[in-house]
Amino acid sequence: MKRVVITGQGSINALGNTVPETLEAMREGRCGIGPLDIRDVDRLSIQIGGQVRGYDPEARFNRQQIALYDRFTQFTLLAAEEAITQSGLTFAGELAATSGVVLGTAGGGVNTWDDNYRTVYEDGKNRVHPFVVPKLMNNAAASHVSMRYNLKGPSFTVATACSSSNHAMGQAFQLIRCGAAKAMVTGGSESMLCFGGIKAWEGLRVMSRDACRPFSANRNGMVQGEGAALFVFEEYEHARARGADILAEVIGFAMTSDASDIVMPSKQGAARAIQGAVTDARIPLDAVGYINAHGTGTAANDKTECAAVADVFGAHADRLMISSTKSMHGHVIGGTGAIELLACIMAVRDGVIAPTIGYEEPDPECALDVVPNTARDAHVEVCLSNAFAFGGLNAVLALKRI
Amino acid sequence: MSVKTKVMEIIAEQAVLDVKDVTPEKTLQELGIDSLGLVESIFAIEEAFDIQVPFNANDPHAGEFDVSSVASVVQAVENLVAAQSQ
Repeated sequence: MKRVVITGQGSINALGNTVPETLEAMREGRCGIGPLDIRDVDRLSIQIGGQVRGYDPEARFNRQQIALYDRFTQFTLLAAEEAITQSGLTFAGELAATSGVVLGTAGGGVNTWDDNYRTVYEDGKNRVHPFVVPKLMNNAAASHVSMRYNLKGPSFTVATACSSSNHAMGQAFQLIRCGAAKAMVTGGSESMLCFGGIKAWEGLRVMSRDACRPFSANRNGMVQGEGAALFVFEEYEHARARGADILAEVIGFAMTSDASDIVMPSKQGAARAIQGAVTDARIPLDAVGYINAHGTGTAANDKTECAAVADVFGAHADRLMISSTKSMHGHVIGGTGAIELLACIMAVRDGVIAPTIGYEEPDPECALDVVPNTARDAHVEVCLSNAFAFGGLNAVLALKRI
Repeated sequence: MSVKTKVMEIIAEQAVLDVKDVTPEKTLQELGIDSLGLVESIFAIEEAFDIQVPFNANDPHAGEFDVSSVASVVQAVENLVAAQSQ
């Protein structure tokens, strides 16, 4: 089995337009959630979100590109550029043939659906732009990354709601580990902060109107975010031979299915995924120093997740740290695991644990060290990143300091 | 049709019960309505009466809309309908 390392990272999200900006905000415990600036916001009962601010597509892409790139694709390409530039890789010849791109997204081009439904239903027009389909399809972002960077190996898009990115990065990890790929561009993207996107979520009655406060007794729901994070996963010997700067090693991955409920999480399903990632990584449980939680800020997720962590780790659960950065960037749905992997890399590489901000009242059902409100310096050898999706599909990654 | 009758009909449909089995003292849980069923019932109530029900599934028992029993739901809907017509 090959070892897999991370040699590049890129992101755009509510906390920043680059990885350094995002990590600075995480270290400072800054909140990227605020009033939504979208069309018809006055008709929404939920009016906050982790929106990418001050973003001008026309400053980054030309008119022909914008005609083809939904906002989730734009975010993906911006994050890909940062990640691939950092990796220093150029994909040509054999490397191009054995490198691919696997991305996660839950909704794909939601803004494109929304805009064009308006055109035909609200405006009553009988014609839409010819590129609507290639713009909205879930794999558009992955395909545009492959075209721009000449990635000709295994490439596809994974849609498992809130676990999409973790499932995608798990696939990239396994493809390199088993020798099927040399390098993989991976991560995820989501952009559903538009009228239809928020309206759909409102229906479930699980959204907070004021803030995302994971693990806090007074939490009252999730807050949506948007953005993308992409990484370059690379076979270890390949990275070492070219003297690449290695950010972290990916050492384990596991996925499980609750097979029980379409929205309610299961402690057993989550626990099996966490245990599975640790087993896959071949490390003792007490090697895990930090977990980036799924931590949505809903009543159901946070207590179920804490119970699962307590079940898996036993007494060690009280010694490890677990935080939810969704409190800062919001729940980026299919892109969330990728943005949260930035916090995991920061933990093992820089020894900085991103906090759970908005934490106000201890909840006896979430009695773990949730790194409340302020970032913490700590040496962490191994960390996990949890993702537990609607539909009961769970995916957990393990990273190691290198 | 009274508010009470309509609400009982909505709850009966959600619980897949005959409306005569939906009695005021019963809790929604006793009728077999889970959290998703509760959200769906509230949606049906909003549509039927053209009202906005303040309800957050993260804390179903917070706020003024009391979902502890069939009677309390009927009362809460009557209050909202009355407030609406003022």
